[in-house]
Amino acid sequence: MSILVDRNTKVICQGLGKAGTFHAIQCREYGTQMVGGISPGKGGTVKEGFPLFNTVAEAVAKTGANASMVFVPPSGAADAIMEAADAGIKVIVAITEGIPVLDMAKVKRFLDTKPGVRLIGPNCPGIITPGQCKIGIMPGYIHKPGTVGVISRSGTLTYEAVFQLTALGLGQSTCVGIGGDPVIGTNQIDLLKLFQEDPGTEAILMIGEIGGTAEERAAEYIAKNVTKPVAAFIAGQTAPPGRRMGHAGAIISGGSGSAQDKIAALKKAGIEVAPTPADLGSAVKAAMAKKK
Amino acid sequence: MKIHEYQAKELFAAAGANTPKHIVVKTPDEAAAAFDQLGGKGAMVKAQIHAGGRGAGQLKGYAEKLGGVKFVSSREKAKSIAAAMLAHSLVTIQTGPEGQPIKTLILQADAEPDKEYYLAMTLDRALGVPVMMASAAGGMDIEKVAHETPEKILRVPVSPETGLQTYQARRLAFDLGFTGDQVEKVEKIMLALSKVFLEKDASLAEINPLAITKKGDVVVLDAKIDFDDNALFRHKDIEALRDLGEENPVEVRAANANLNFIQLDGNIGCLVNGAGLAMGTMDIIKYHGGEPANFLDVGGGVTPEAAIEAFRIILSDSKVKGILVNIFGGIAKCDLIAEALVKAGREVGFKVPVVVRLEGTNVDKAREILNGVKRELPMIQSAAGLTEAAKMVVAAAKA
Repeated sequence: MSILVDRNTKVICQGLGKAGTFHAIQCREYGTQMVGGISPGKGGTVKEGFPLFNTVAEAVAKTGANASMVFVPPSGAADAIMEAADAGIKVIVAITEGIPVLDMAKVKRFLDTKPGVRLIGPNCPGIITPGQCKIGIMPGYIHKPGTVGVISRSGTLTYEAVFQLTALGLGQSTCVGIGGDPVIGTNQIDLLKLFQEDPGTEAILMIGEIGGTAEERAAEYIAKNVTKPVAAFIAGQTAPPGRRMGHAGAIISGGSGSAQDKIAALKKAGIEVAPTPADLGSAVKAAMAKKK
Repeated sequence: MKIHEYQAKELFAAAGANTPKHIVVKTPDEAAAAFDQLGGKGAMVKAQIHAGGRGAGQLKGYAEKLGGVKFVSSREKAKSIAAAMLAHSLVTIQTGPEGQPIKTLILQADAEPDKEYYLAMTLDRALGVPVMMASAAGGMDIEKVAHETPEKILRVPVSPETGLQTYQARRLAFDLGFTGDQVEKVEKIMLALSKVFLEKDASLAEINPLAITKKGDVVVLDAKIDFDDNALFRHKDIEALRDLGEENPVEVRAANANLNFIQLDGNIGCLVNGAGLAMGTMDIIKYHGGEPANFLDVGGGVTPEAAIEAFRIILSDSKVKGILVNIFGGIAKCDLIAEALVKAGREVGFKVPVVVRLEGTNVDKAREILNGVKRELPMIQSAAGLTEAAKMVVAAAKA
């Protein structure tokens, strides 16, 4: 079992530039049903085996696509996300990094009018249900089907986590990169709820970082609503306040968003917190052992 | 991106806010002339640097007590205070002990405050919309107010499409205790703040203090705006306000090479792909007793040229006693990183140990490449895992 995407998910790619095309091919090779691409003005032609459409609405009508992978550059990315939502795409995965924050604030309000639509990202590696469907830029081969659900604000740190889990014999149900921006579509609590309800998920790993208070709110939610074992890691314990650490959302500001506050909240909620990024897999193992 | 106080005030003034008249000067003579132009009775001299706490700061190496904000009541005093400021660096709680050289001043018309307020706009991350914040506890350390008495800060969510509405500004004004014709005056400033924030893609815009002057005017006495770097592509006018002299030159150099680099105080350089892993790498260095010298995310599509520039930048810091390279190859293939490492070693020359931890795509090929240059580049040391790598580099830096 899994959440959000599986072998039946039909995916289109918006933004078939160099990176978009490369990753669309990689996703198809992984086994994802990639049913086409959006390239306004080139509808009716084919690129690298992907049928092209002028609009998302047309692609949905002709292919039955229900998910989209967005590689559109920052200036047009908000528009692309809204187009997908308006065309009836249910899972929109925005890989694009560098979308202006106010554009995302507007997108969020637009999506509030589209119930049932879920945006993953932006500025994220994507989502993968191992062995079934990969929508994103993560290296597929490090994943293994299994029962650990992964939620992460980071890209390579997620690969690190998955690599460690797989090495310990712990496969993954679904791994979701939620993105490193201050305004994102799907948050930790949305996914905690889905993983808690998913019979195929037995444990959850949540990778956070400095900035905002989402981890604190997630910790409160877990204490009240999640019965499955949860492990966590917070990156940025050594980050100086007031500096943006690579991700637009990774900044300690106005006295909030520090790793120390987040770790304290997680521990208070009974969550196993990995002390270093080398302990991500073993923290999940410890959390699972403790709940048994 | 940050801008100076005077630039922020000019943006607010253009949007309809009442700001005291100011004149930008770069020499003591210009300061004296500006004093006359402002009426010749009295003016504030204010140092323009990208850091807060200027008033309570101190000119580094200056014999008398003098910060970056000073009232002057004569032409001669305007000239001598300006001369002192322009000849020294200003140390504030935000600059670090070296301080920041002062290159620009403003002379501001006297607007002695009777009462001070705090007004700001930023993004409420939990709500996903901008929020206007206001407090009657202005002029003070607002972070302290937020922490100790959060109820003293009023918060109003603002629609990113329509901006702050007049009724919202009016309600805020009354809630802050404004009365009479001052209500309308403060409304205008609030609407200007919202307009600038939304139209120019600010990430934080602050008016602190917003003041009622002794004469009964409501004015923007100090202002600060940070902009969303990701939106600068559509604001050439804002990008033109950038003052590179205020930024760390090493960080500017790194940004030009598409590297995400932040200088820190430790002695272990880090080269990592991915922001989260880069932070995690700093954390594990600290966990094992070391201190990171920098944050560096080389990104997923790193080229050999960028990697070489990254090594040059790290090695330009004489404090660095060891480097930890931590790459999880996904899209960035490990063998390409290894090749870049070898090339960097040949071109830059490694004088400190470089501990390398590679994992992921094409890692075996990468290990072969590094094994092949063991004799030629003895400073490169391969580590089997992340923990081992951190311990190795911490030991190397202490040796």
